[in-house]
Amino acid sequence: MAPIVSIRNLTKSYASGFTALKGVDLDIEEGEILALLGPNGAGKTTMISIVCGIVTPSGGTVTVAGNDILTDFRKTRAIIGLVPQELTLDAFETVWNTVAFSRGLHGCKPDPALIERILKDLSLYDKKDTVLRHLSGGMRRRVLIAKALSYEPKVLFLDEPTAGVDVSLRKDMWQLVERLRAAGVTIILTTHYIEEAEEIADRIGVINHGEILLVEEKKALMAKLGRKQMTVELAEPITAIPDALAPYGLTLGEEGHRLVYEFDSSGERTGISSLLSALSQCGLRVRDISTEQSSLEDIFVELVGAGK
Amino acid sequence: MNFEAIKSIYFFEMARTRRTLLQSVVSPVITTSLYFIVFGAAIGSRMQEVQGVSYGAFIAPGLIMLTLLNQCIGNGSFGIYFPKFTGTIYEILSAPVSMIEIVIGYVGAAATKGLIVGTIILLTASLFVDISIKHPLMMVLFFVLTAVSFSLFGFMIGIWAKDFEQLNLFPMLIVPPLVFLGGSFYSIHMLPPFWQTVSHFNPVLYLVSGFRWSFYEIADVSPVVSLVTVLCFLLVCLSITAWIFKTGYKLKN
Repeated sequence: MAPIVSIRNLTKSYASGFTALKGVDLDIEEGEILALLGPNGAGKTTMISIVCGIVTPSGGTVTVAGNDILTDFRKTRAIIGLVPQELTLDAFETVWNTVAFSRGLHGCKPDPALIERILKDLSLYDKKDTVLRHLSGGMRRRVLIAKALSYEPKVLFLDEPTAGVDVSLRKDMWQLVERLRAAGVTIILTTHYIEEAEEIADRIGVINHGEILLVEEKKALMAKLGRKQMTVELAEPITAIPDALAPYGLTLGEEGHRLVYEFDSSGERTGISSLLSALSQCGLRVRDISTEQSSLEDIFVELVGAGK
Repeated sequence: MNFEAIKSIYFFEMARTRRTLLQSVVSPVITTSLYFIVFGAAIGSRMQEVQGVSYGAFIAPGLIMLTLLNQCIGNGSFGIYFPKFTGTIYEILSAPVSMIEIVIGYVGAAATKGLIVGTIILLTASLFVDISIKHPLMMVLFFVLTAVSFSLFGFMIGIWAKDFEQLNLFPMLIVPPLVFLGGSFYSIHMLPPFWQTVSHFNPVLYLVSGFRWSFYEIADVSPVVSLVTVLCFLLVCLSITAWIFKTGYKLKN
């Protein structure tokens, strides 16, 4: 199946000489959830802004459902929804009016029943007549989402949807993303919270300095780059690591009570059994063992760090 | 053509007028009434007739133009500047709308508001002075063309302005002298020859003169010249607007 969004050699440089995007290639499949990770200034928002029509590209092409975003902008923009990062809302409008405005702007006939449903889904219905400037930050975020959903887009860009949002609202957002996915909406989200990408994305792209460093299935990425850590709790504290254990590269912590061993979970031999027997040969009594997988955050830091 | 979008922008803008009724309708009416009380009733009664028309009636078309210009430039510029200022412009830029639809929506609303206020001023004026309209069709044509061109002009200012100071530059500093020196309160034939020549470089002269002609058949310049001037101004504004959208000037970085 052809990708729903196809980005080819996309570049953007500004008059100041700053290059925000350096030849980005990216295919987004219909119905998937793609998380774009990257530090501030990596080019995430620039890329989204170009696809949505807010920023003019310097070079390259973007097609959405087979239509070029510049020559067939009516077709592409009609099916793209955007929830911007900044809480930009008209201060003096009511919730209902601003959502209805978005629907009309995208060429759709008024549909009060649909807007009512969207507002109810986002727990905004009781605030429908409230003027936007009286809403809290979290509520405004919901209004921005309601606006983007008001014309039922097929592709939804969420630019840092949970930045500055409390935990319960974040969970609500994730549920909403799940519902949209079930309805067949393709979702591209940028985020700082790796936990978020880990929780909801199918694929993960890492972008830094205007380049896509990698795009991969989340599971494959975690397995490929994931390192595991085994922590051994000792019954008796030790002051130094015995020479016999030197090849394992252990670190000693917790005032001699804990030994930490790092291994590659995808490797042929993890070295766990030999380490355990070496421990008992050294006469060390083990009280507890735990292992943990490195998180996406560690993977991310490693990738972005390597790119510097 | 995305008619739903035009409708949405238009009514969104008109809703803003309703919310700010006091500022957008009541205040220009009060200001103009003051002009009529001072120049029409108080001073006007001691003034000579100008080309066979009482002074109060003579200034009425100029005052309507003054209000119309200010209203249209103000509404046209603010309508597009405000989304730029708050950031909500992202929605317009990412919507499936073309430049023409955006302009029709914003400029149409600004011109409508200008025309509403202008009409109210005309009605107010008729309470103070005797007004006759000899060429109603021409009067409406001048009225509408001026409203549309200056709303478009305001729209351009709104896109160009990078802060509130620049936004207010035209309505506060440039329009009043042009209107006052453009024969709103006098016929330029009352001026010495040198200043008559200078006045001919003032575009507002042509507007006021043409508009006044449609009321009383008295004019400083030929009504045809006036009409051509207004049309040229409209054309220039349209071309600049087309260029703005083509290049994304100050809208898309």
